[in-house]
Amino acid sequence: MSLIELKHITKSYPLEDTQLKILKGINLNIEKGDFVAIMGPSGSGKSTLMNILGCLDKPTSGTYVLDGQRVENLSADELAEIRNKKIGFVFQGFNLLSRTSALENVELPMVYANVPAAQREERAQKALAKVGLKERMNHMPNQLSGGQQQRVAIARAVVNEAPIIFADEPTGNLDTKMSVEIMNLFTKLNEDLGRTIILVTHEDDIAHYAKRIIRIVDGEIHSDERNEK
Amino acid sequence: MIDAATIFAIATRAIKANKMRSILTSLGIIIGVAAVIVMLSVGHGAQTSIQNEMKTMGSNLIIIRSGVATSSGARSGHGSKPTMKKSDGDAIQEKIEAIKLAAPVLEETTQIVYGNANWSTGVTGTDRRMFEIKEWNLSYGRMFSSTDVRSAAKVAILGQTVVNELFGDVDPLGKTIRIKGIPFQVIGVLIPRGQSGNGMDQDDVVYIPITTAQKKVMGISFPDQVKMIMLQAIDSQSTYTAQEEIRELLRQRHNLGINKDDDFVIRNLTQMMEMMESSTKVMTILLGSIASISLLVGGIGIMNIMLVSVTERTREIGIRMAIGAKAWDIRWQFLSESLVLSLIGGLVGVVLGLVGSYLVGILSSLPTKVSLIYVLLPFSFSGMVGLFFGFYPAYKASLLNPINALRYE
Repeated sequence: MSLIELKHITKSYPLEDTQLKILKGINLNIEKGDFVAIMGPSGSGKSTLMNILGCLDKPTSGTYVLDGQRVENLSADELAEIRNKKIGFVFQGFNLLSRTSALENVELPMVYANVPAAQREERAQKALAKVGLKERMNHMPNQLSGGQQQRVAIARAVVNEAPIIFADEPTGNLDTKMSVEIMNLFTKLNEDLGRTIILVTHEDDIAHYAKRIIRIVDGEIHSDERNEK
Repeated sequence: MIDAATIFAIATRAIKANKMRSILTSLGIIIGVAAVIVMLSVGHGAQTSIQNEMKTMGSNLIIIRSGVATSSGARSGHGSKPTMKKSDGDAIQEKIEAIKLAAPVLEETTQIVYGNANWSTGVTGTDRRMFEIKEWNLSYGRMFSSTDVRSAAKVAILGQTVVNELFGDVDPLGKTIRIKGIPFQVIGVLIPRGQSGNGMDQDDVVYIPITTAQKKVMGISFPDQVKMIMLQAIDSQSTYTAQEEIRELLRQRHNLGINKDDDFVIRNLTQMMEMMESSTKVMTILLGSIASISLLVGGIGIMNIMLVSVTERTREIGIRMAIGAKAWDIRWQFLSESLVLSLIGGLVGVVLGLVGSYLVGILSSLPTKVSLIYVLLPFSFSGMVGLFFGFYPAYKASLLNPINALRYE
């Protein structure tokens, strides 16, 4: 059984008297341990697909099985729990809480998973050590560089032992050198820890870090191929 | 749901992040709570002073005065037509079970003299029952004996004010004062009672035996005449129930036919006091409710700031939701923030209110009295205000869609 199984997923928004179809029947399986890049021009529906995959949004129709569980009809609170347990997010704009130390940012997913405070701190410290920020764990986000902030975000995404990491344009705000650092970190997470990584990007050289590249055009899968490195 | 300690840590962090704004927001609650406490303590103080007055006047009191005299159509006040006798009081005390004591009163304001000092004061003829009703003991000396009363002895008991005015530092016991030129021997001095609730000096008094007053000092138009009789009932209920019995007995004793009006007036002081007490209670409630309005306005201030805060922190809410916060987690976060704001405001308000009541007490003539319930009440009210006015912003925050919230700039 695949980790992610999408069948006939559609998403449309009401627009005046018609329906604006963003996704037009997506069928997609993603296996555990895969590293997938989703590419597509803006307006292709790749962000919408990402939101549905990340359980931030619900499809209009179709079925979505995540880790053996049907999720397309779950309530907002049930989806929140799935996101908390199974998914880690890394965003283009980092999305760290301001005026909150790196350590506390990383603790956040565990706060909502009801992990006891002492254990939270220990696990957050370990996760920050893994991304090379042990010395800066008490820094506030505005005292960290973009690359460092993104590494805090990655630590936050992995700290709850979520099997899937969604990265939405994770290098969009970073220069080339930092981008390489971040992408190497993702590769390491995928290869060493077996985390499934789903990456949304529009840059070919970033997509090439993935093992599989899916191109979305006009709300449909245009191509889906293994990446020859 | 996440644990309370973490929730409150998040709330205090958010409050500290915007210190000035938090202080200004709490100020509404601070002023509200302080105002409620000061108002309630003023009202409570008034109530207490009335209760104290009731105690010094004697409890469960009924006063009987002579009726109204009519001369050529002009009606004089109560007591203008003397009809009451000391024996009326004795009969009431003896025959009506609900009445415990009946003290006769015959009084007149007159000049009293000791040596070359003189002083004008109220001289009251009565017997020892008066002091039992008023629960007023001697500070030193002795009480009127039954022989004093029987023989119309020329002895006097003085209030502290009269002692001060006439004697200064001299021991008054055994000294002779003159009332209307008649020599009286001072036999006792009363314990000072201070001012009554309406500002009268209760210690500016001279008591002499009722018989002496009747026969030697004050002019009376018939034997055994008194101005009024002070009755004490066995309990406050009896002050109401005994009235009809007293009336019947007096009508019988005064030989009043069916067609004749009463020639006396019965006044229930317990009733009067209870009315005064309930009116100060109403005043307390009124003052308290007016002050509560400012507390309510403070609550609206909190709601306003919380709404601004929710909008400002839309992105933070989005991040928290993406990471796994449920609707109630978000609701609790903002609710606890408004609760902490209002409780801190409440706490500072309590301190300010206590200081305020104290200052009002010493700087104005208003008596203030702080009691625990009147402190806990506004404090817990401030907490409820925080919950009530915090709920809508918190609810609004929890309804945000994580995708839109994350995109919010």
